[in-house]
Amino acid sequence: MLGYRRAGEMRPTGPTGGAGPTGGAGQNDPAVRFDHAAVQVAGRTIWSDVNLILEPGEFMAVLGPNGVGKSTLIKAVLGLVGLSAGSVTVLGRPAGQSGREIGYLPQRRSFDAGLRVRGIDIVSLGSDGERWGVPLPWGDRLFPARRAARDRVREVIELVGATAFASRPVGQVSGGEQQRLLIAQALVRRPRLLVLDEPLDSLDLPSQSSIAALISRICREHMVTVMLVAHDVNPILSYLDCVAYLARGGAVCGTPQEVITSETLTAMYRTPVEVLHASDGRLVVVGEPEPPARHADRHADTAVRP
Amino acid sequence: MTFSGLSWNVVADVRQLLMFPFMVNAFRAGTIVAITAGALGWFMVLRRQAFAGHTLAIVSFPGAAGAILVGISATIGYFTAAIAAALVIAAVPRSLGGRAGSSESAIIGTVQAFALACGALFVSLYGGFLNGLTGLLFGSFLGISASQVLVLLAVAAAAIGVLALIARPLFFATVDPDVAAARGVPVRLLSTVFLVLLGCAAAEVSQITGALLVFALLVMPAATAQQITARPMASFGLTILLGVVIVWLGLAVAYFSVYPVGFFITTFGFAGYVLAAAGRTAVSRSRRGQALAVPA
Repeated sequence: MLGYRRAGEMRPTGPTGGAGPTGGAGQNDPAVRFDHAAVQVAGRTIWSDVNLILEPGEFMAVLGPNGVGKSTLIKAVLGLVGLSAGSVTVLGRPAGQSGREIGYLPQRRSFDAGLRVRGIDIVSLGSDGERWGVPLPWGDRLFPARRAARDRVREVIELVGATAFASRPVGQVSGGEQQRLLIAQALVRRPRLLVLDEPLDSLDLPSQSSIAALISRICREHMVTVMLVAHDVNPILSYLDCVAYLARGGAVCGTPQEVITSETLTAMYRTPVEVLHASDGRLVVVGEPEPPARHADRHADTAVRP
Repeated sequence: MTFSGLSWNVVADVRQLLMFPFMVNAFRAGTIVAITAGALGWFMVLRRQAFAGHTLAIVSFPGAAGAILVGISATIGYFTAAIAAALVIAAVPRSLGGRAGSSESAIIGTVQAFALACGALFVSLYGGFLNGLTGLLFGSFLGISASQVLVLLAVAAAAIGVLALIARPLFFATVDPDVAAARGVPVRLLSTVFLVLLGCAAAEVSQITGALLVFALLVMPAATAQQITARPMASFGLTILLGVVIVWLGLAVAYFSVYPVGFFITTFGFAGYVLAAAGRTAVSRSRRGQALAVPA
């Protein structure tokens, strides 16, 4: 079989001590646990037999070639995609039942340059955006809860280093600055798990490294478990506790040193894959199977598969 | 007191303005319409749905013409047509996650062209209707009855009430649809409800300004206010204020002149927008100049 569980055998005991996944309920539960999980979309299996465990407080990257279903994995964590087999447990409950405790950053390009809404308004939506009705214009002075919510918005904006540009229209700040505001939005409600879908995509290199450092700091200092989908592992490599490499038949997880090796990836994709180490510590993966054409043809091959 | 033209005595001018019931009704209707159009228009501009809004307004023309043709009230025709068109536009699948696609604007354009053609047919079938045609297209501010004002008020109250209920999630779904959907906001449903409300507003406004000048009240105040400030609450309030001021000024000036009301309302709206856009450009230029002059 292509996919098989490596987490148990390969991962050293995590920083949470020896309790492990069998240690009962409460804080020792894994933040995310996939158990022989599979997802089908329109009759086609995206991936199957995925087993992975993300311990609380850890920083995990989900890697893999295009079209392998990394975003689908995120949606399974959020409960937006149903499983066809197996189970997903998030923060001790079935996926989809921990809504308020998960901060989510979807994959995106950016805000429209002409959008005349301030960054601080975008962040505020993270605290009460789905509530019906309209906030009263001077409610901050009347209701302590509103004041607390406003202070919390200021606090997260400060935390992500966005104070200087939070009052400018969001369409006019840079991609990296928008990403900081969106991270603040996801953090407003003090989530225990932060799920980010390609947050470094389409950013310039300095922004990539500063956003990666920010996410790592949030993970360490505020004890937020982070699950991050990435196309390129290098900007985050030094911060990661573990990586999950996804293939159609399963996932391999472990520390980056264990998983991102020529042997592991070759066995996983059943095609020669080579991992090269550049002199500056970066990893280059060569020979990763890419689908022949992305997007439009991604679903076209279902017809010809036996 | 008789009509004596414009003087320098403002009190006398205002008294003269409000001397005739038709003018009082025009001010009442204009205020109601300005507030409704401002509120819905603010979201429409933010959602980049001006084309959909325009189509909803255009569709009210065949709606009204058809209603007159079959002998029912034009008001019913306006609202029926606009709400039906709103539901059609809402049924067009918006690719999730992406911006409003080109297929959407193509479908809206097709609906709009067909609606205009139907309007032309209804007018020609009715025959001898040319005075009314100008009214349908360019407005009939000065022929509004008290009962029409009541209908406008009822529709406006209902539309604004529903809008107030959905305002915050709608704002969320507008600026950040993916996150809103992940948070459980019914993005698609809100979009449909909003289009229906926009249809009601467009139908209301077109009874006053005519089907072609609806944008004067739906787009101009909102676009101007959003140029001036990026604070949602402030620009929303400013939109309503600008709309009301534009209508009042337009009505007042038109009363003392021989030219149509729609022209003046639109002109004041246009002037406001140009001023705001020019002001913003000047401010951002001077800021950039300062930033260059004082290196960090």
